[in-house]
Amino acid sequence: MARLGMVIDTRRCVGCMDCVVACKTENQTPEGMNRDWITYATKGRYPRLSLTIQSERCNHCDEPPCVSCCPTGASHVHDWGRVVLVTKEECIGCKACLASCPYDARYVHPDGYADKCTLCIHRVEQGQDPACVSVCPTRCMHFGDLDDPESEVARLLASRTHHAVLPEAGTRPRIFYLE
Amino acid sequence: MNHVSRRRFLKITGAGAGVAAAAGTLGSLPGLRAAKGPSGIRRVPTFCDLCFWKCNAIATVRDGVLWKVEGNPDDPLSRGRLCPRGTGGVGAHFDADRLRAPLLRASVRGEEKWTEVTWDQALAHVAEKLLKIKAEYGPEAVALFSHGVGGSFLRHSIKAFGSPNSAAPSFAQCRGPRDVGFELTFGEPIGSPERTDIRNARCLVLIGSHLGENMHNTQVQEFADAIGSGASVIVADPRFSVAASKAKHYLPIKPGTDLALLLAWMNVLVREGLYDREYVAAHGFGFEAFAAEIQPFTPEWAWPETGIEPETIRETAREMARYRPATLVHPGRHATWYGDDAQRSRAIALLNALLGSWGRKGGFYQPASMRVPGYPYPPYPKPTRGAVDNPGERYPFASEAITTGIREATITGKPYPVKGWMVYATNLIQALPDERETIKAIQALDLLVVIDVVGSEIAGWADVVLPEATYLERYDELNVELFREPFVALRQPVVEPPADQKPNWWIARELALKLGLEAYYPWKTIEEYLDHRLQGAGMSLAALQQRGVVAAPRPAVYYEEGVVPAFSTPSKKIEFYSVQLRDKGFDPVPRFKRPAAGPAGSFRLLFGRAPVHTFSRTQTNPVLAQAMSENEVWLNADVAERAGLRTGDRVRLRNQDGVVSNPVRLKATQAIRPDCVYMVHGFGHTAKGLRRALGKGASDAQLVTRYATDPLMGGTGMNVNFVTLEREA
Repeated sequence: MARLGMVIDTRRCVGCMDCVVACKTENQTPEGMNRDWITYATKGRYPRLSLTIQSERCNHCDEPPCVSCCPTGASHVHDWGRVVLVTKEECIGCKACLASCPYDARYVHPDGYADKCTLCIHRVEQGQDPACVSVCPTRCMHFGDLDDPESEVARLLASRTHHAVLPEAGTRPRIFYLE
Repeated sequence: MNHVSRRRFLKITGAGAGVAAAAGTLGSLPGLRAAKGPSGIRRVPTFCDLCFWKCNAIATVRDGVLWKVEGNPDDPLSRGRLCPRGTGGVGAHFDADRLRAPLLRASVRGEEKWTEVTWDQALAHVAEKLLKIKAEYGPEAVALFSHGVGGSFLRHSIKAFGSPNSAAPSFAQCRGPRDVGFELTFGEPIGSPERTDIRNARCLVLIGSHLGENMHNTQVQEFADAIGSGASVIVADPRFSVAASKAKHYLPIKPGTDLALLLAWMNVLVREGLYDREYVAAHGFGFEAFAAEIQPFTPEWAWPETGIEPETIRETAREMARYRPATLVHPGRHATWYGDDAQRSRAIALLNALLGSWGRKGGFYQPASMRVPGYPYPPYPKPTRGAVDNPGERYPFASEAITTGIREATITGKPYPVKGWMVYATNLIQALPDERETIKAIQALDLLVVIDVVGSEIAGWADVVLPEATYLERYDELNVELFREPFVALRQPVVEPPADQKPNWWIARELALKLGLEAYYPWKTIEEYLDHRLQGAGMSLAALQQRGVVAAPRPAVYYEEGVVPAFSTPSKKIEFYSVQLRDKGFDPVPRFKRPAAGPAGSFRLLFGRAPVHTFSRTQTNPVLAQAMSENEVWLNADVAERAGLRTGDRVRLRNQDGVVSNPVRLKATQAIRPDCVYMVHGFGHTAKGLRRALGKGASDAQLVTRYATDPLMGGTGMNVNFVTLEREA
């Protein structure tokens, strides 16, 4: 069974937010609410500085606390690709998942349910990349099956130094950043 | 683990899955426009208008409603990927602040009180006023300001009317000095899209050019490719930009001293014999005189001017030489900084010439375009008076019309009066320096007509406002692109305009008919016009409607591939020494003059771009406004701490002439020198019609009350203003 994830090359990324804008148009997210976002971390003292830019989103964790804490089963791991999803009809809007997520990846949709990145599963099932990956003008984002050693994502992780966001949270995140 | 069944998943994403099924036909371009998926998906190729790059795109309509815009995979510019502005282009259609109907001024100018009228009433009013100006002052008393491909039909109408006065801020407020500097050196401008071969550069030098924040799609894509393939990047910028963060060498240069750095770099290349001797010997003119001229400008000389240590200057010069000719010293785009900009750009051209990069792979390629004949119009009437913007060739090397020259003539009435302005898709209040002068000129007019999509500040001053359909709702002039891979592209309507907005071609044609200029519009429909032009090139409108873009095979573009070096300078060579500059009283080899310092305790005001906005045109776009709704003022964190200011504090900026900005949030950051502040251009709107953007952030343009005019070409250097910060109570 596939274990879908992303590998993002921070050297190429310029933080242009195309991924953020594309998600908004593709998924018609509500005004002011985003399923992905950019972080900028400047370190050092002028002029000896470094800047790390990351396109972040739900990490589709292998051990997702948002799923284990969900009282109704609305938050679940999809049986294909192990993508973490929410069944909006089953969500009661209790926000337990929002509180449990170390990445602050979820918001409550104005219609009352928890919402977040789906890895554009509706596109992936048609053989397309997620919207954020498909638009990226710097081609810094890669998507695929982390368990397939022949996949681009697996090969990139095998060949380059990388990190994840907050691995210490113990949720085993699946979005990786090449350094 | 909590698993769901396949069936339940399909239920919750049912609509999306159907959509994706149709979208899966992405690769099969033929028949694209006709493609109608099972759930009402329609895909229409067109080209983007969020900036002037004109990327080719495919818009998707779902059940009759515009859904998204993506890159056209056949497009050499976007390679199937738009920038964030292009991706957010759908917002232009849905923008709640769009102009909806023609408006006539109902109060004093600038009060933004209007009467809605019909198109016939509005155009009849404009035509009557224009004919009155023509009768009293001559047709030359009407000027057109425009930006972008959309202005082409209005330019045609204004020429048919008999006026030679047509200008765009893209020259004297932007890339003009750069194009003039390169023309003086190589005999050709850089052009747009820039002929920079970034993707093949092994060393890329950026001087104040913030690619990545400045989101010119092809350039940013190639910048990422160059980084990905390990190119050595050198960035000189007073701000630690995104591009600087990718650089091997970041040079924290003192603002306004780039020319000193360029001279020192050239000094090292010549002194150490690192330049391309063969190339210079074959193609150069006046090298010995040039070498003698730059001899004093050592890295030690440049150090106190620039703040860059001599060893860093030497090391980076050697780095450039190591990779030549695949070393690209980028010419930038917005080059109107200090008033010596054409000479600074010429120094960039000369540095490239020393490296032998002009015409070479990884440097500057030779662009090509497909041949598409123009429409066979009757000849335009010959104006009895020349253009008003540059009387007596005061700026002898201006290669295009100077907007600020027209503005000055409008104020002074010299060399002759200008009484009517037509303004298309350019917010002159923010585009031109010193808005007080612009308003003074407007007050001298008998007629100001603004044609635009949203009611920007300049529309607020208009007598007549004409609402235009967005690029997603209209046909436009063809894009016959001059590029590495030449192509012809079509803009065509994807959806209907939401109210009474009209395409610019219709506005220009209807106005011409009311002016008695029907001979200049023999075509009745835009389809007829476009098909005529395309048939002349052996293509057809039907083919372009299907595919959006037709590209030619890539021709030879480098000297290495057989392009014959040719320079249309007076000497027919690369002019290291310029006799024509000397003859007009200018430095034949660029010389550095230290820019004037500001008042004690003030900061030089610098401005630039954000990747999600274009000029002051996109701040009400609901998609892009969500990505960035206001700008910030960057201040060095140590300076901020001493002043007791913190990130998020609201401050006002006061400039040297007492002009005070809107409140704006402070960004205290290490990523900028202590002697300057930085803002993204385009915010701090004051027009009542821009409800979403009104009062958000501050306008750098409002604070640009001073400018230094480039004596070679009339460009307005705008980085000569200084501000202090005041905390907002």
